[in-house]
Amino acid sequence: MRVALFITCVNDTLFPGTGKAVVSLLRRLDCDVDFPAAQTCCGQMHVNTGYRAEGVRLARHFTEVFAGYDAVVAPSGSCAAMVREQYPKLARPGSKGAAAIAEVAPKVYELSEFLIDVLKVDDVGAYFPHRVTYHPTCHSLRGLHLGDRPTRLLRHVRGLELVPLPGAEECCGFGGTFAVKNPAVSAAMGADKTRSIMDTGAEVLCAADNSCLMHIGGTLSRQKTGVRTMHLAEILASTEEAQ
Amino acid sequence: MSATFLGMPGSFPKNAEKAVQNSQLRYNLRKATHTIRGKRASVVGELPDWQELRAAGKAIKDHTLRNLDRYLVQMEEAVTRAGGTVHWARDAAEANRIVTDLVKATGETEVVKVKSMATQEIDLNQALAAEGITAYETDLAELIVQLGDDFPSHILVPAIHRNRSEIREIFLDKMPKVPENLTDDPPALAEAARLHLRERFLKSKVAISGANFMVAESGTLVVLESEGNGRMCLTLPQTLISVVGIEKLLPSWRDLEVFLQLLPRSSTGERMNPYTSMWTGAVEGQEFHLVLLDNGRTDVLADEVGRQALRCIRCSACLNVCPVYERAGGHAYGSVYPGPIGAILTPQLRGMGSDLDASLPYASSLCGACYEVCPVAIDIPEVLVDLRAKAPHAAAERAGMKVAGWIFNDHTRLAKAQRAAIRLRKLVPKRLPGPLSAWTDTRDIPDIPEESFRDWWERNERA
Repeated sequence: MRVALFITCVNDTLFPGTGKAVVSLLRRLDCDVDFPAAQTCCGQMHVNTGYRAEGVRLARHFTEVFAGYDAVVAPSGSCAAMVREQYPKLARPGSKGAAAIAEVAPKVYELSEFLIDVLKVDDVGAYFPHRVTYHPTCHSLRGLHLGDRPTRLLRHVRGLELVPLPGAEECCGFGGTFAVKNPAVSAAMGADKTRSIMDTGAEVLCAADNSCLMHIGGTLSRQKTGVRTMHLAEILASTEEAQ
Repeated sequence: MSATFLGMPGSFPKNAEKAVQNSQLRYNLRKATHTIRGKRASVVGELPDWQELRAAGKAIKDHTLRNLDRYLVQMEEAVTRAGGTVHWARDAAEANRIVTDLVKATGETEVVKVKSMATQEIDLNQALAAEGITAYETDLAELIVQLGDDFPSHILVPAIHRNRSEIREIFLDKMPKVPENLTDDPPALAEAARLHLRERFLKSKVAISGANFMVAESGTLVVLESEGNGRMCLTLPQTLISVVGIEKLLPSWRDLEVFLQLLPRSSTGERMNPYTSMWTGAVEGQEFHLVLLDNGRTDVLADEVGRQALRCIRCSACLNVCPVYERAGGHAYGSVYPGPIGAILTPQLRGMGSDLDASLPYASSLCGACYEVCPVAIDIPEVLVDLRAKAPHAAAERAGMKVAGWIFNDHTRLAKAQRAAIRLRKLVPKRLPGPLSAWTDTRDIPDIPEESFRDWWERNERA
């Protein structure tokens, strides 16, 4: 299967380790992974902050870059939701852009969807001997409706102890530019989230979005909690040999 | 006299910053919203056809809004046939004028009020006061707000920001003939309010209400409530004046059935509310006036994305699940419509001319919890994003977004920008300057890696 990796601009720039983890994980599962070099950003920041024209340009760029692949895999629930849920609202019905979106958008998968729905695996052969709690990010939960896919994958990781996160479904307070436009509320939400994380006694907080993890992790780090944040892909890519 | 939101200074982020520091408020709100949230979830969970009901609610409202002209005329004819008088109000000033004149014509200087969002929206109490007419709120929470000279902070529970000891103090301070030994025991507080209100119900000759629904086929108005105080107002006085937004229409009684299931479960988390009052026209010896209020609604109706906000049945489910509302409180929104629905309704009804109104579409992390619980499936995040595109943007932000867009338009530019950031990585301070300090005030920034993913791929995989 010819799979394109949509790394997302945040991962590309700040979390390359997540991208490397996706590549090694998918190869372990016999996928032929390609990285279309012309890719940039899905345009979510622009559209969701009110800069629609710029966002539409980036959406057009995205559909050009990723046309022709069997599947596009993104290690981000938020960016995958942007393409699948929001792109169709950006183009005029009946336009060429709408047709291009209708062609590409359904082939875009968040990582856990691709593993479970397309590759039909829930045991990816990972090993990660740590106490982990999982935060379902809003766009993966209420946008893509990932349900228990990520935690099903985590439950099959050898050595991993998955502890439930109280109030897991509540937003962490990141919200893209919300984090800087409404810093007081964002920080209050973040502080409540980190308190719930601390209550679990987990060593690692896992999620399917590095942008949310950057906010929660930044708060955990400022609070000197010692709790690490890790993207789902990095845990799933971990093996006994690599430990 | 309750305070008015109109012309409120500030912006949502500034108002919220103050509210977040109020630990008593955060405790009150967290406790109250989580309690109602849980009750709603359990009674909604009982209905296997909830999603179908929700879809039906949405479809009925959309159909009615598309044919609003026809149904409004049908409503007017039915009310008139039943002995009522219908008045049309283009805006708040017109509605206030109509109501004030109607009250003056009775010769009364006091009116009792049923809890109503429409009359709060148009600041009717202030307009009446300016003409020497005193309006008494009879809903317990509205009464607390009114006595405390306060702002409502929630659609269903306007005094949600108050706890019982604060309510006791307000009663002792402002309620005539209140027992001096009043405790903060809820039954004692309710009894004090009951005695206070009973006198008003028996004395008042004029009542003012809103309505949850209007049924066009028969000209019937419907009010759902918990306390029975509304029913006292709707039945005892000789003159009843109802101010109702034009979007409250439903074509038929069959349609009403759907909403009588959706509203109580979404609102108070009850299978059925204790009191449902319905009336059609005027009873003999009494007078009934219906004031149909536009006040910006037809403009909202003209907006393809924003019009879905007119489906709202004012249940408050979106407030009760909203993480932003829970921390910021209702007052931060500067409107009688707080929370997620307020963030899309207020800027549409009032425009985005003030800093406050322009900041409302951004008062959300777009987490989507509101959309999930909305009984008429208003896609609030979709409307927020649409309003953000119409909101005024600060020049510096606009410039920054333009540069970011230019970089993202071409991967070679993005790669160059990434390499530049990596070269400067050692120079990045722990606390960022300017607007980015909003991030580093409470959060560390991640370490910038030595190499971007794309450069790693290029180095290892391309060759």
